[in-house]
Amino acid sequence: MEFNQILEQIVNLGYLVGVLLFIIGLRQLSSPSTARRGNLIAAAGMGIAILVTLIVPMDKGADNYILILVALAIGTAIGLIASKRVAMTAMPQLVSLFNGLGGACAVAISVVELNDYQAAFEANGAGAIASGVHLTTLLAMFVGAVAFTGSLVAYGKLQGLIDDRKVRIPAPTYVNLFLLVVIIAGIVFKLVAPVNPFFWVMIVMGIALVYGITFVIPIGGADMPVVISLLNAFTGVAAALAGIVYGNQVMLVGGILVGSSGTILTVLMCEAMNRSLLNVIIGGFGSTGAAAAGSGDQVAREITVNDAAILLRYSNSVIMVPGYGMAVAQAQKVAHELEEVLEGMGVSVKYAIHPVAGRMPGHMNVLLAEADVPYPKLLDLDDANQALADTDVVIVIGANDVVNPAALDDPSSSIYGMPILEVLKAKNTIVMKRSMNPGYAGIQNPLFFKEKNRMLFGDAKKTLQDLVAEVKSLE
Amino acid sequence: MDMLITFFSENLLMIYVLLLAVFLGFEVISKVPTVLHTPLMSGANAISGVVIIGAILLIRQAESTDYLALTLGFIGIILGMINVVGGHAVTNRMLEMFKKKPAK
Repeated sequence: MEFNQILEQIVNLGYLVGVLLFIIGLRQLSSPSTARRGNLIAAAGMGIAILVTLIVPMDKGADNYILILVALAIGTAIGLIASKRVAMTAMPQLVSLFNGLGGACAVAISVVELNDYQAAFEANGAGAIASGVHLTTLLAMFVGAVAFTGSLVAYGKLQGLIDDRKVRIPAPTYVNLFLLVVIIAGIVFKLVAPVNPFFWVMIVMGIALVYGITFVIPIGGADMPVVISLLNAFTGVAAALAGIVYGNQVMLVGGILVGSSGTILTVLMCEAMNRSLLNVIIGGFGSTGAAAAGSGDQVAREITVNDAAILLRYSNSVIMVPGYGMAVAQAQKVAHELEEVLEGMGVSVKYAIHPVAGRMPGHMNVLLAEADVPYPKLLDLDDANQALADTDVVIVIGANDVVNPAALDDPSSSIYGMPILEVLKAKNTIVMKRSMNPGYAGIQNPLFFKEKNRMLFGDAKKTLQDLVAEVKSLE
Repeated sequence: MDMLITFFSENLLMIYVLLLAVFLGFEVISKVPTVLHTPLMSGANAISGVVIIGAILLIRQAESTDYLALTLGFIGIILGMINVVGGHAVTNRMLEMFKKKPAK
């Protein structure tokens, strides 16, 4: 007994330290100079929380330490290998996948708990388990299930396994509303009459899993960052709910921290696109996008690599606008090379980073940082738009929607109102693209047909390499 | 309904903690430069793996013949641990890139 009390105190202290480290870690993660340390601090908090959980005094059970250690080892190995192997460009989908697994974990433990409750209900009647606990567990299962399948769909979309344009649900808003009602009805039904068969719990779980899929399927690929952030908040909430079930503070506080910070992050991302969260979820980007009429008969003019090199060499200032195309082509290092060559010839080169360029906010910053591009060379939206007026040449590398002038002047466009990089302020623009296909939002870009603009078709990396060679030969 | 009310009064402190944590989360994040959105999301994602604690508690409480609890708990720990370890490792990899800059 004595010994158990000591253990209990150690556990409580450990959880307290764990929670504190989570908070400090998150705080430091939100500032560039301390971010890396913040991540390590949060990881340390998690380590402590897991360790003390192994010594929590139990009044029942067989501890099953071997099983736990084996599972911890397997999880650690898979996690480490996956995070080491993944290419920087595939980072967003990996984060989504990890998040889904957290959700699945919440589902797994909720199902076991609910199964235990069921035994108690059947043995001792409806009063055996407090309905508050019952409800919380059902909710944890529901939220976890949505986070699980939703994240998998987001992963599939970003990985290119699920094609937005092909996989569609008719009237998704109504389907989702219907499923939501069924889930809530199922939960209420089980709650009012807990002795109802366990089958109902399975039904609720099954529909929640389906709901996760139908919730994310209608949302366009361009909005996946917002969705991942939202689903991340869901997993946090599921963890917090499970924390209430277990009376475990570290789960509660950790989960809620993620839930609320994830929500705020989601809202910040929506703001960056000038859209509301509801609009993202219900809107279904691209479904209205076909309305870009009148551009069909226009002609986009091409430019040769040679001419582009000359244009760049004899300009004073150049701004590069990277987008997802650069990420896909892994062209960030060559872009940096071009920048250095031009700088060596007295041309000022900067990068304009749109907050939602790529598949995640900050995606471009990460990639360019990987290529050793100096930090001060990256301009954010406002600074870039000011600098663009004094720029001779803008090179758009695989970006599309974030430079689409339709956002400024075409109220019928689905991205109307989104702040963009106003590249038309510059004297010339060169758009590097693989083809004339529209961008991820599925809408046509009038920029391509402007007098100032020239198209440079081809794979971003290959074209940039050719450009570097051409510019060098001009010396 | 009575039971719900009892649940709330019995867990009042927990509910206070919950509310405060919600606001803490909002405050901690509210001013983040765009550069850090991705690493922050990834870091927060790793923290949401804290649900693994539940899986560990679950499997420790289980009798060695309770195969449902053992199986799902085992899977839960693996999944949770992938989320935790992978999440922190990937975040660290992203942030390592930012770190090189000042040194240069």
